[in-house]
Amino acid sequence: MITLRVTPAFALGSRRSARLIERNLYVYKHGWMVILSGFFEPLFYLLGIGFGLGALIGTIAGPGGEPISYQLFVAPALLASSAMNGAITESTFNFFFKLNYNKTFTSILATPLSPGDIALGELGWALIRGGLYALGFMGVMVALGLVVSPWVILAVPAALLLGFAFGAVGMAATSFMKTWQDFDLIQLVVLPMFLFSGTFYPLDAYPDALRVIVQLTPLYQGVDLIRSLTVGAISPILLFHVAYLAVMGIVGLAITSRRLDKLLLK
Amino acid sequence: MPDDPSNPLIRARGLTKRFGEFTAVDSIDFDVAVGESFGFLGPNGAGKTSTMRMIGCTSPITGGTLEVMGMNPAVHGPQIRARLGVVPQQDTLDSELTVRENLAIYGRYFGLSRAEVGRRADELLEFAQLTERANDQVEPLSGGMKRRLTIARSLINEPTLLLLDEPTTGLDPQARHLLWDRLYRLKQRGVTLVLTTHYMDEAEQLCDRLVVMDKAKIVAEGSPRELIERYSTREVTELRFAPGIVETLDGRLDGIAQRVEHLPDRILLYADDGEAAAVAVNQRGLKPETVLVRRSSLEDVFLRLTGRSLIE
Repeated sequence: MITLRVTPAFALGSRRSARLIERNLYVYKHGWMVILSGFFEPLFYLLGIGFGLGALIGTIAGPGGEPISYQLFVAPALLASSAMNGAITESTFNFFFKLNYNKTFTSILATPLSPGDIALGELGWALIRGGLYALGFMGVMVALGLVVSPWVILAVPAALLLGFAFGAVGMAATSFMKTWQDFDLIQLVVLPMFLFSGTFYPLDAYPDALRVIVQLTPLYQGVDLIRSLTVGAISPILLFHVAYLAVMGIVGLAITSRRLDKLLLK
Repeated sequence: MPDDPSNPLIRARGLTKRFGEFTAVDSIDFDVAVGESFGFLGPNGAGKTSTMRMIGCTSPITGGTLEVMGMNPAVHGPQIRARLGVVPQQDTLDSELTVRENLAIYGRYFGLSRAEVGRRADELLEFAQLTERANDQVEPLSGGMKRRLTIARSLINEPTLLLLDEPTTGLDPQARHLLWDRLYRLKQRGVTLVLTTHYMDEAEQLCDRLVVMDKAKIVAEGSPRELIERYSTREVTELRFAPGIVETLDGRLDGIAQRVEHLPDRILLYADDGEAAAVAVNQRGLKPETVLVRRSSLEDVFLRLTGRSLIE
C-alpha cells in the first residue's frame, strides 16, 4: 500500500510557528493573572525552605566543594524546578485540552501551518512563559543578595533549555494520553524528580548506586547546570548537561511532530 | 498551468481512502471547474467528509490521484491550503478567543499583516451579521451565529476555493436561508464552492452540478435538473393509507404510474401527471388517508439510485 505523507516526516516546524505564540498572547490578554501564579511558587519555596530551613542548616558544600549558604544552594535548584514545572503544565494539561477539546489544532491545520509548526509554536510559547518566570526569580535572587558570580547571567538561558527539554517531552507524552487520569502518571514522575534530584540536599546523601541513577535524571542536569553557573563553578561536565537537555528536547519535538501528524492528519 | 481557467480546479481519478480494512472512498473520479458550485450529495457515511478532507489536504490519499489547483496535496499542502477556505462539519472555533479575535488570528495563520487582518475582520463581521457580537466570547453564540462565524473565518484569506462540509446541518430554517444567501453572494463573486449535504433542497439551491455518493462510490452525476429528469418522473403522488391497508393492496396500484415505491410510511407513485395518477387511484376505489402531488426532487433520485431514503 502506498502511503503519501501530507507533511515531510521530520518537519520540526517553520517560521509560521510564531503565529501559535501570537494566539496564546491573545488568550492570555484575557487571563494574564494566571501567569503570575507560576512566579510565586518558587518564591514561596525559597522563602519557606531556603530561609526557614536554611537558618537551621547554615552552610553546605556547593558544586565546587566549597561551602555556600543553604539559600544559595537551594535557590538555583528552585529556578530549575520551576522551569520544569512551568514547561510541564503548559505542555501537558494545556496541550491536552487544545488537542482534544478545543479543536484549536484541527482548525489551524486547515491553514498553511503544519503539525510541526504547531509543536514548535506551542513549545515556543511555553518557553516564553518559562523565561519570564526565570527572569522574575533571578530578580528576587539579586534582591536577596544571592548573586555571587557573573556566570549567573547564563542561568536564565539554562532554565530555558531545561524548559525546552521538559516541554518537548511533555508534549510527546501527552500525545499518547487518552484521558485526564493518565496525567497522574506524569505527576508520578515529576514529583519524585523534584524532591530527589539534588534539589534540597547534596547527592552525598545517597549510596553510590542510587547517586548514579539520580545523576542520570533530566532534572538533575538542569539543577547542577544552573547551580554551577550561579556559584561560578565552571567545569566540562556542564557541557554534558547542555547536550543531554538539547538532545532530549529535539527528540521530544520530533516525536510530538510525528504524533500530531498521525493524530490530526488521518 | 495551475491557474489556466480551462483546467479543472480539482481533478480526482480513482481517488481512494481507506482506514485499515474500511474503505471510506472507493475509487471515485470527478472534476470541479473554476467558478462552479459543486455538491456531494449522500447519506451519512457515504464518504463525503473523507473526500472533502483529502481535497483540504488534511487527510493523505490512499490511492488514485488528486490534483487541487494543479498541485499535489501530498507535496504542496501548505501552498494549496493558503488558497482554500474550509468550513468543517463541526465548528472548530477557538473557544478561548472572542468573535473578532477568532477572525484576526486565523488571518495571521495565513501570514496576512495585522492591518490587513483588522480590515478584513471588520468586513467579514459585517458580512456574517456579527458586528454587534465582535467582542463577545464564542461559546454563548447560537448555532446559526457560530456557523456564520465559521464561514466568515474561512473567507479571511479570500480563498479561490471554499469547501463546505454540511454547512447548514442542525440549523433552523431561518438561519439556513441566511447562510444560503451568503453563499450565493460568494458564488456571484466567482468563488468556487464545493459542498457536501444530505439535504436535497440545499443541493438544489446551491449546486450547479453534483454527484450522488452512496457506500463510498459515486452513483450518478449531473445538474439537479438533469438528475431529476434522468432518474425520476416530473411529478410524484404520495399516498398515505390507514394502518393495515397497505398489506391488502396487492397489485391494485399496478399500471397507474411508471414506477411505484413502497416506503414504511407511504407509497410513492412516479408519474409525469401526478394529478391523473391521483384520480386513477380514486377510480380504483382505493381510499388513502392523504394524497399529495408534488414535483420530483433529488430525494426521489436518491431513492431510485440506492433504494433507500437519504435521511434515515
